[in-house]
Amino acid sequence: MTDWPILSTVTFLPLVGVLLLLLTREDGPFGRRNILNVSLFTTVFTFIVSLFIWIGFDNSNAGFQMVEKHNWLGTGISYHLGVDGISMLFVILTTFLMPFCVLASWNTIEKRLKEYMIAFLLLEVVMTGVFVSLDVVLFYVFFEATLIPMFVIIGVWGGKDRVYASYKFFLYTLLGSVLMMLAVMAMYWQAGTTDMTELLKYGFPAGMQTWLWLACFAAFSVKMPMWPVHTWLPDAHVQAPTAGSVILAGVMLKLGGYGMIRFSLAMFPIASEHFAPLVFSLSVIAIIYTSLVAMMQDDIKKLIAYSSVAHMGYVTMGIFAANVQGVQGAIFQMLSHGIVSGALFLCVGVVYDRLHTREISAYGGLVNNMPKYAVAFMIFTMANVGLPGTSGFIGEFLTIIGVFRVNTWVALFAATGVILSASYALWLYRRVIFGALEKESLKGLLDLSGREKLILYPLIAVTIFYGFYPAPIFDATAASVDLVVNNYSAALAAAKTLALNAH
Amino acid sequence: MTAEILSLSLQLSMPEIILAVGALALLMIGVFSGDKSAPTVTGLAVALLAVAGLWLIFMPGEGVAYGGAFKLDAFGRFMKVLALVGSITAMVMSVGHAKSDHLNRFEFPVLLVLSTLGMLLLISANDLIAFYLALELMSLALYVIAAFNRDSLRSTEAGLKYFVLGALSSGMMLYGMSLVYGFTGNTGFEGIAKVLSAETRGMGLIFGMVFVLAGACFKISAVPFHMWTPDVYEGAPTPVTAFFAAGPKVAAMAILVRIVSDAFLPIVADWRQIIVFVSIASMLLGSFAAIGQRNIKRLMAYSSIGHMGYALVGLAAGTETGVSGVVLYMTIYMVMTLGTFACIMAMRRKEGGNVENVDDLAGLSSTKPFMAVVLTALMFSMAGIPPLAGFFAKYFVFVAAIEAKLYALAIIGVLSSVVGAYYYLRIVKLMWFDEAKGEFARISGELRLVFGLSGLFVVAYVLIGGPIGTAASAAAKSFF
Repeated sequence: MTDWPILSTVTFLPLVGVLLLLLTREDGPFGRRNILNVSLFTTVFTFIVSLFIWIGFDNSNAGFQMVEKHNWLGTGISYHLGVDGISMLFVILTTFLMPFCVLASWNTIEKRLKEYMIAFLLLEVVMTGVFVSLDVVLFYVFFEATLIPMFVIIGVWGGKDRVYASYKFFLYTLLGSVLMMLAVMAMYWQAGTTDMTELLKYGFPAGMQTWLWLACFAAFSVKMPMWPVHTWLPDAHVQAPTAGSVILAGVMLKLGGYGMIRFSLAMFPIASEHFAPLVFSLSVIAIIYTSLVAMMQDDIKKLIAYSSVAHMGYVTMGIFAANVQGVQGAIFQMLSHGIVSGALFLCVGVVYDRLHTREISAYGGLVNNMPKYAVAFMIFTMANVGLPGTSGFIGEFLTIIGVFRVNTWVALFAATGVILSASYALWLYRRVIFGALEKESLKGLLDLSGREKLILYPLIAVTIFYGFYPAPIFDATAASVDLVVNNYSAALAAAKTLALNAH
Repeated sequence: MTAEILSLSLQLSMPEIILAVGALALLMIGVFSGDKSAPTVTGLAVALLAVAGLWLIFMPGEGVAYGGAFKLDAFGRFMKVLALVGSITAMVMSVGHAKSDHLNRFEFPVLLVLSTLGMLLLISANDLIAFYLALELMSLALYVIAAFNRDSLRSTEAGLKYFVLGALSSGMMLYGMSLVYGFTGNTGFEGIAKVLSAETRGMGLIFGMVFVLAGACFKISAVPFHMWTPDVYEGAPTPVTAFFAAGPKVAAMAILVRIVSDAFLPIVADWRQIIVFVSIASMLLGSFAAIGQRNIKRLMAYSSIGHMGYALVGLAAGTETGVSGVVLYMTIYMVMTLGTFACIMAMRRKEGGNVENVDDLAGLSSTKPFMAVVLTALMFSMAGIPPLAGFFAKYFVFVAAIEAKLYALAIIGVLSSVVGAYYYLRIVKLMWFDEAKGEFARISGELRLVFGLSGLFVVAYVLIGGPIGTAASAAAKSFF
């Protein structure tokens, strides 16, 4: 198993599924069944293979593992793959969520099922690619390539205003990332390589770091998304089909956070320190402002979308606290949010499939005839709030500790966000689940079907398991995070002595 | 001229000789057997171009011929092959449309061959006189074929517009050449470069250079010399437009690269500002003006203006990386454009014939899925979204601009590419998100082949791009 290129295998395995789907005929219930089975089998198999990455992963090694390197395009760009503690779990998260997306689309996608599944499998390829690439150009290629399938998914299978939402999503994120492309080029000419492992060791001059940091920040903050460039996210979420929302919230937002750790923090430490107050301010505004906005939404999906923006505020805050707790917490928060918000969108999908509306006011009293659903929704709501015992708590708590060590005021404001998130989440829960079952349209609703149980129960198990026992995740990330944080402090110390000597 | 030099010259220019002699022979065949020989002549013309291309690929030999007027180097070889591929493809695509667009006359293929001959000579021109003569040979044939459908008002108007504006730009260019000659005493590119590096340049020479560059920019349809493009693209029969968009652009870009990198290299600071301005203006106009277009040929005209702007970003850098970026850009641009035009030519209703509105593509993904997938890939590629070929084209020109520290140019460039993405997305949106309004007629085999190959190229560039990139950088080494 040692020489087998496992990362390439996991990344490109879904392409096999695409190929099989291309050969499948869509017409008739039998063809439909075939397509679903092929997609489900592909994603589950990819997930199982990806687990071998985690099994083979050496927790004590802070560097990159399972490295593959080949020349590519003959121009200094290389096809260079590898994972470290920071990226490895994101790969697992991606492959883990995909089978749920397929299951969530089982009955809901009525037209063009084949194209839909192909788009999802391609999306899986490029998202995995982002996390495993160790060459900045390759990273950028994968990073941008996510736009194509997502644009099509929102635009073809989305809701009423899908065209507007898909355009906004595409152009917003493209605008952010083209600037990063220029930064990548500038890094190439400065350091003479596009290899991330070299670039991480290369100390960029302080003046240049500022510009590179800003260009990368433009890309990642839009993807993340941070206030005030978050406005594409609620539109995209509301219009996207359920599985699209799951991937959007579960994985795509994490591309931004991952990029911030990998690029901003690790490659441009001086600029990161310089801009940390800016990031803290934006994060705090995001946490408080978007929580308040979330409270006032009438649309369940929009509410969860705004709550995602707020939760990403904790992540950015934790990252730029630049200490072990902050960065560990940010990674944990991203992983946990990937599962919890994905699960929340799946929960919305459950009732949307029955009633075809996302208006909060259309619901109420579901606990009476959907008790199992009420429990599942309760657990994910609590995890979203950050109740101790769920995975949501650990990430939020650690990021707040991390930032407390740097700036107590930021920690104070961020902590008020926890209260606000409790209020909007609980209020949502009360309006949807509790109360009397009065509306005629709701009385005939059935509780979770077998397929829906299959989707939600494993996610509940994961949420609670990592809420009580987060150690497997911290063990995997610890060494790499230590390395990043130590390099960061060392670079800052070096810059300080340089500045002192100059005086 | 001794016999030895003459035979060397003949050998270096053999592809051109093949085309020149062949074109005359084809003309004779046509004259003596009348219009019914058009298909035969077309077939023979394609064969002729293919022979010239094979000669270029397989016969070694580089150097200067005809007393310095003609130069064959790696760059010339690459661009000539590219121009030939473009012409062959455009000619093959025209076969199915010959009757409906009234192109079924034997003069049509002959004129295409003559125009291609002009392109090859233009790419190899190493002297102002040769430059001018080759440009005119190429253009005169183009003026005629733009107006080839002489019963159509739009086609004749396109031909006339192209001719009048083209004549104006030729006049300006000739005036510029006379100034350059007057101030340097040379018409050969090497001679001009030698004089320029020896002494400080005068204002008169700059004047001359501006006029020469204006003439070249007219042919690549860069802003502010782009006015003819939308009208000619729209008015000319679609196979002719496809031909315009491929070979002539490649040839004109090649001579622009050659003249600034050979003759004017010592005064790089002077021409760089011109190229930077033209490039920025083309990128912005190409992006913004295309948004409002309803006719897909007009839209492609603005798109091509924009693409020329991006290609010039690489030239503005004035380095080896830059020229290699331009070469690569033109290669990828040509493939994408030919593929797109093959799709445009496939837009033909069962009743009512050819349609040209962007809206006619609505719902294509359900009526013609394969064509829709290819056109989607082409549109995303033109917008510069990875992992498609168009991204790498943009990447390599912008990388050169960053190397040359042209940050403002690069930033304006990438931002305008975002604006440009909007109108490419509109086409994708029409094909995938909207309901079909009607179905297109069966697509002929050759069109399917062309857009299929083009789609395969843009998708598979990540795998096959290595040798192409290597050849492009080898071509760029000719100058530095």
